[in-house]
Parts: sequence; C-alpha cells; structure tokens
Amino acid sequence: MVADFGYGILVVALLVSLYSVVAALVGVRTKSAALVESARRAMLLTWPLITLSALALIYLLVNNHFEVSFVYEVTSRSMPTYLKITAWWGGQAGSLVFWSWLMSAFASLVTLRKWDRDREFLPWVIVVSSVTMAFFLTMSVVFENPFARMWFAPSGEVIKAMLQPAGSTAVPLQPDGRGLNPLLRHPGMIIHPPMLYLGFVSFVIPYAFAIAALVTGRTDDRWIRITRRWTLWAWLFLSFGLVLGGRWAYDVLGWGGYWGWDPVEIAAFMPWLTGTAFLHSVMIQEKRGQLKQWNMILVMLTYALVIFGTFLTRSGVLSSVHAFASSPIGPFFMGFVALTFIISIALLIWRWPDLRSETEMKSMLSREALFLLNNLLFMSVLVICFVGVIYPLVSELVTGSKVTVGPPWYEFSTSPLFAMLMFLMAIAPLSSWGLSSQEKLANINKPVLGGLLAVPVIAYAIWWKPISDIMGSLPGVVISLAIILIVVVLMYLFRKLLWQSALVASAITIYLAFTYTQNLIALIGFFLVALTLTVTLREFWRATRARQNAQQENFFTAFSRLVGRNRRRYGGYVIHVSMMLMAIGILGIEMFQKETQGMIPVGQSLKIAGYTVEYKDLASWDEADKGVNYTRAVVSVYKDGTYLGDLHPRKDFYFDSQQSMTIPGQRPTLKDDLYVLLIDWQPATATGATFKIYVNPLVNWLWIGSLLFFIGVIIAAWPDRDPEYVPARARNKAYQPSSAD
Amino acid sequence: MKVNKFMIGGLFILAAVVFLVVSSSQANSEYFMTVDELNTKGASVMGKSLRVSGAIIGDTIQYDAATLTLTFEVANVPGDNAEIEAQGGLAEVLHQAVIDPTRSRIKVIYQGPKPDLLRNEAQAIMTGRMDENGIFHADELLLKCPTRYEEAVPEQAASK
Repeated sequence: MVADFGYGILVVALLVSLYSVVAALVGVRTKSAALVESARRAMLLTWPLITLSALALIYLLVNNHFEVSFVYEVTSRSMPTYLKITAWWGGQAGSLVFWSWLMSAFASLVTLRKWDRDREFLPWVIVVSSVTMAFFLTMSVVFENPFARMWFAPSGEVIKAMLQPAGSTAVPLQPDGRGLNPLLRHPGMIIHPPMLYLGFVSFVIPYAFAIAALVTGRTDDRWIRITRRWTLWAWLFLSFGLVLGGRWAYDVLGWGGYWGWDPVEIAAFMPWLTGTAFLHSVMIQEKRGQLKQWNMILVMLTYALVIFGTFLTRSGVLSSVHAFASSPIGPFFMGFVALTFIISIALLIWRWPDLRSETEMKSMLSREALFLLNNLLFMSVLVICFVGVIYPLVSELVTGSKVTVGPPWYEFSTSPLFAMLMFLMAIAPLSSWGLSSQEKLANINKPVLGGLLAVPVIAYAIWWKPISDIMGSLPGVVISLAIILIVVVLMYLFRKLLWQSALVASAITIYLAFTYTQNLIALIGFFLVALTLTVTLREFWRATRARQNAQQENFFTAFSRLVGRNRRRYGGYVIHVSMMLMAIGILGIEMFQKETQGMIPVGQSLKIAGYTVEYKDLASWDEADKGVNYTRAVVSVYKDGTYLGDLHPRKDFYFDSQQSMTIPGQRPTLKDDLYVLLIDWQPATATGATFKIYVNPLVNWLWIGSLLFFIGVIIAAWPDRDPEYVPARARNKAYQPSSAD
Repeated sequence: MKVNKFMIGGLFILAAVVFLVVSSSQANSEYFMTVDELNTKGASVMGKSLRVSGAIIGDTIQYDAATLTLTFEVANVPGDNAEIEAQGGLAEVLHQAVIDPTRSRIKVIYQGPKPDLLRNEAQAIMTGRMDENGIFHADELLLKCPTRYEEAVPEQAASK
C-alpha cells in the first residue's frame, strides 16, 4: 500500500516536472509571465512530492517490508534504524531517487531567489533543471523502481514489477532481508555518496544559468556572478565526497591506501577537475572580460561529466571495484549526455561571436596567462584520466587485444602535471593582472639564466646512474629534468618577488635531503610544497602588516578584517595551503610506505620502521542482536623500547551477508600512521595470528589538509551581506593589497 | 589578436601530454586477457604484465597463514560485458564457469592478506605475470561477488 503510494507520488512528480518544462517553454514563446510563474510553482512542487515519495521509501525500509525488492536487497532486521534510513542510497534504485530529491531541493532553492534583475533567465533555468530532473525521475519510474515487488515469472526467474505481471506468482514474503553490505556501514560510506551527489547536483545550477545566458543572449558575466557561490558550494561538496571516499577506503578496505585510480573514482574526479578549472577561469572573465567561450565550454563539460559520472557508477560498463551490476539504464544515460552536450555546443556556436574577449591577453607572465595555464594543466589531467578510462575500449578496437592501465600509469602521467600545478600556486599569487612581461620582469641576464639552467643539467650528467635508478625509466629522467628547468626559468623571471621564499624552500629541501630522504622525486615535491607554503604564508603576513600600518589595527584585527574583506582571495590562499598539506601526505604515503607481514605467536613481535608490534591476546565473540561476530586482537606497540599503547585490529563477520570486514588498528601521529591488520588466527591463541602492518609516513597531513580545505572553501563561499548590489566603487574601498611590492 | 605565443605554449602542453601518455603506456599498461586466451597464448605472454579475470573455484582455495600465501584456481569467463549480459549476467556466468569442469582453468598464487570477499563463484580480477609452469602470480587481486538481484560492492586488495 505504502509502496503504491510512494510510486504514485513519484509518477506525479515526473508529470509535474514535465509540465514545468512545457509551461516554461510555452510561457517564453507567448511572452506569458503567468505561464512562467506556473512553471516555477510546478518546479517548487517537485521537492515536497519527491520528499513524500522518499518518506514512503524510508517507511518501507525501516519497517522491514521485504516484499519490496529494494528493501529486501539493502536492509535486514538486525540493522539499526539509522542504517536502514541510510540504506536509501545504499543501492541503485534508491540512490537515483536520492539524486532526484537533492536535485529538486536545489532547483527549489534557486527558484526562490530574488529574480528582479534576471527575470529573463528564469524560464530557461527552469527548463534545464526540470529536464534534468525529469530524466532522473524517468529512470526511477520506468527502469529502476525502488518500490517494485518481486514476482516469479513462469520461467522461474525473479522479476521486479509494481503490479503482478501476467502468468507470474508472488514471491513468498522473505523472513529477512539480505542486509546492507557491511563495507557500506561505515560512517564514511554513509556520508560519502550524499556529498558526492550534492556536488554533482549543485553543478547543474551553474550549467542551467549558462544555458539561460546563451539562449537569452545575455552573455555578459551576469550568469557567472549569480552562480559563483553555487559553484563553490558544489565544489565543496564534490571535494568532500572525494575525500570521504578516500578516507573510507583507507579505514575499511584494508590495503593501506586511499585512492586506487579506479574508473569510478576517476568518474567522480573528472567533474572535479573541470569544476576546479572553471572556478579559476571565471575570475579571468570577471576581472578581464576574457575566456568567455572557454568558461561556457567548462561548465558544459562539467555538467556532461556529472551525468556521465552518475552513469559510470551505475552501468557496469567498466570493470571496477565500484561497478554495479549492469542495468538497462546505460544507453539512456549515454543518450542523455550526448543530447544535452550537442544542444549546449550548438547554442555556444550560435552565440560564439557575442562571447569574444573584451581585452587582449598580452603577457605570458600576467596573472590571467597563469590562470589559463592552470586551466590547461587541469584539462591535461582530465584528458589523461579520460584516456585511461577508455584505454581498454580503444586498444581493443585498434589492436584487437584489450590493454588496461592501472595506478602506476596514472601516477606516472599525472604527477608531472600536479607538480606544475603546485608550482603555479607559488607564482600565480605574485603575478599581476594584465601586466606585460616587458614592464616588470624584463631584464633577463642571459649568462646568469644560462648558468642557473646548467646546474641541474650538469648534476643530472654527473649523477646519471642514481637518478635514472630512482626514476625507473628514461622518460622519467627527461620529465623530471624538464620540470626542474621550467621551475628554474620561472623562478628566475619572478626572482624579485620570490627570492626570499625560494631561499627558505631551498633551505628546507636541503635539510630534508640530509635528514629524511635522498629520493629526488620526493625532494622535488617537498621543494614545491615548501615554496608554495612560504609564498602563500608570506602573502598573508605582508598584507596583514600593511593593513596594520594603514588602519592602525592590532595584528589579529588586521588579519581577520583582511581575510573577511577579501574572502575570495584569502579563502583561495587557505585552500592552496591545504592542498600543500595534502600533498605532504600524498608524497609520504606514495613514496615511503613500508609494510611487513607474518604469523606470530602470543608474546612475539614484528618489527617495522622503528616500531615493535607485540601480539598480546585475541578474543572472539558473537553479538547476536547485531548479527555480527567480532574477532579482536590486542597488540602492544613499542618504539625504541618505549611502550606506546595497545591497538585492537579486528575482523567482523556479518551473518546476514556472510561477509567479513577487516578493521585496522591505527596509531596516527603527525609523523606517520601505524596501521595493523588482523589477517588470520588459529583457534588456540597460543599458536599465533597473522598480521599485516603498514607504516604510512605523513599520511595524516592528507586528512589535516582536507579539514583546512573545507575551512578555506567556507571562507571563500560565505555569503556577503549583499554582494551583488554593492557598487564597484564602494567595493574597491576595502583594502586591496597590491600583488607587487 | 596576437595569439601566436599562446598557441605555441598550448601546443607545447599538448605535446607534453602526448609524451606523458605514450611513455607511461609503454611502461605501465597491462594486457587484459581471459583464462582461455592465457592458456592458448602460453609462452608468448610469459613475463608480461597481464590482467586476467576468472571465476574462483571454492574447493581450490588454500591459504597458508604463516607465509600469507594464497593459492586458488579460476575458470574462464568471457571478458566482454555484452557477452556476459547475453549469458544471463555476471552471477550466472560465474556460476556456470565454476560448475562446468570442461572450462579452462589456471592456478593463481597471491601473497598477502586473504581478502574478505574471497569465496566460491566470486569474480577475481588479477594483475600479475605468468611463470614458466603456467601459474599466474598475482600482484593485485580484486574481487567481485555479484548476487542475483543486487550489486555488491567488492573489496579491493592490493599489494605492491
């Protein structure tokens, strides 16, 4: 009964969103404000409708209605209520409804804004949002219905349908459901999909405005100003989703890693790349009136990648850890992506002449040129990701044999680009808008520059053997040398603004070379991190001091006002700092991870990287009400003879899904993370248990960096009192630090 | 508009990306093969980096906890998704592969923790190399356990 109600409401929601598309289109055509208003109200109605439908689904999930196929698949009696609720997005059918629900919430929020000055955008924003919503609702209503019941077809197969298909018999009510996959019961996995989906969904809004701007011909940067904050929030959610996914993998999957370059991970990463590029390049449009066409392309690509990403996780085209059973919705997703993309591109071509740049990009070292370089680097990473994902398909077509690429492939081909992006974060804040290189950075002393370039070349020639051993291959050597040379040239060109920071960074790198590592790749990485951190922190320091002197404020007031009045700039710098902290963590775990494994009897120990891990005890017990068997080992950790504490690696076995889950014992410090896995054990504990132990150096900076990252985005995205209506002159009164000394 | 130097810059980046992709592909790509192909090609692929998918035969799973050595056999399953769909979906294909004794099989050795999802009729996607005895040494083991009605989120086990 409740299932029928939920399904019925979902159908109504679909009809309402279709109506809103039609009403908006006809309203524009007939210039009928009343019809457009009707379309807007229809769109507002979808959120309460889908909410009702979702409540019906939650009711079924919580109350063990196992006659409904989706409920049977994702819940079981032993699951606590909160998990039954979150099981809503634990399976395909439910998560599509979840997508639509979020989409409708965002669409409603948008339509509730003040439209006074932008009324002509409204119908087109409605059309784009409602078409997207109608597409997802159609998927739910026709193909992936979460309310469907199970029936036996005459052939004995189980089919899912709302009403009894002819000739079928009802599947007898199951006493218990299969239960949510235990791997999905981790808090990270409960929040990870909603965050990712929030990110996906909120990127629809800037896209809708971009399309509205194209259709109406209002191709100034109004649409960008309206959607700037939406984009930032979308970016925040998407980033949060990606980080949580990584954290979940680190805690749950028990392989000591956080990111496996799996096609589905990449599918979520690709819109992040275009979104990040978009965030940067809109600033060029706002400040310089350039790259308007490019911004359109970026927002269209992001939208296409968002839908494509949802599709990849949902279609099983690619073999992946996340790949779900293949489902009939694949071709429809592809069709929808293709159709919307073609229409968008056609609109763009139509308006192409209106989107010409207002000013010319002159200097290669101006801030806009560096932003453009940042964009090109992000796009390069995107292209590599895309090539990697389709590599098996293409290689099969071309050579006949299927060739796949794994993490080493992605790491090798993207890390030089990430290195350059890190370096850009160091120099871009020092550059100026529109500046011509002749004005500021002219006098290139050729012998000096030549001498500086000769140093790394000679060093490579002398230490050819150890360097090529570290790099592993000739291209690796060439690439690393190229990076060093580019960095040297650019640092030379920016020498006036950079030399103090460069000295600090060099000192840190030399110190690390003597005390921590001689690995050249790691040292290049640490140098770039140190350089960017010093430059950015120095920018904070300098601007605060300047404000302190100008306004006679104390340091903390000056600092908070500085950030508060230039939130976008300093929020951005906080994000850059956070990226550097994350880079420290990534360098640590990628370059210096150590592992050991072995079976040890009680009282014996394993040694790794200065740690001694002693096996103390093991206990195994059932918790019948939870349907889980726990096996927990106690190990004591010593370092240099000092007792540091006990860890409790576990293995949980879930009866309903007949699956076990390995929970590591972790000892996180800023220096490293000791990560102990219980692999196996003998019934009599004296015989011993098998452990696998990782030491992941510096990895916790990755998580610290992600926390700082969220703070940075929130600073940048925090709503101004009424930013859109402040005249430009008034805005300029607030202290604006100049970027050149 | 003076675009020349920017175009040169763009071309330079494009060339760099192509260089990165090509040089990375030479060093780091893996041939995806089915068990059938592996058994017929035999010596020609020995020592190459391969990626193989197969259905795990439960009776053959052996685990030595002292050395963390896992051995098992996998039976051939089609490598192509469309083909798998045509034969009734992944779960059905895996089931048929395991109960059919005429399917070609290979023996696999893997060093590391025993993955939680390792069980009869799971799909194993393995990266590694063949040795001269026709035994596949997996460096990485990825498991999928589809059930008939619902996707499963598989576990990933990796070792370097």
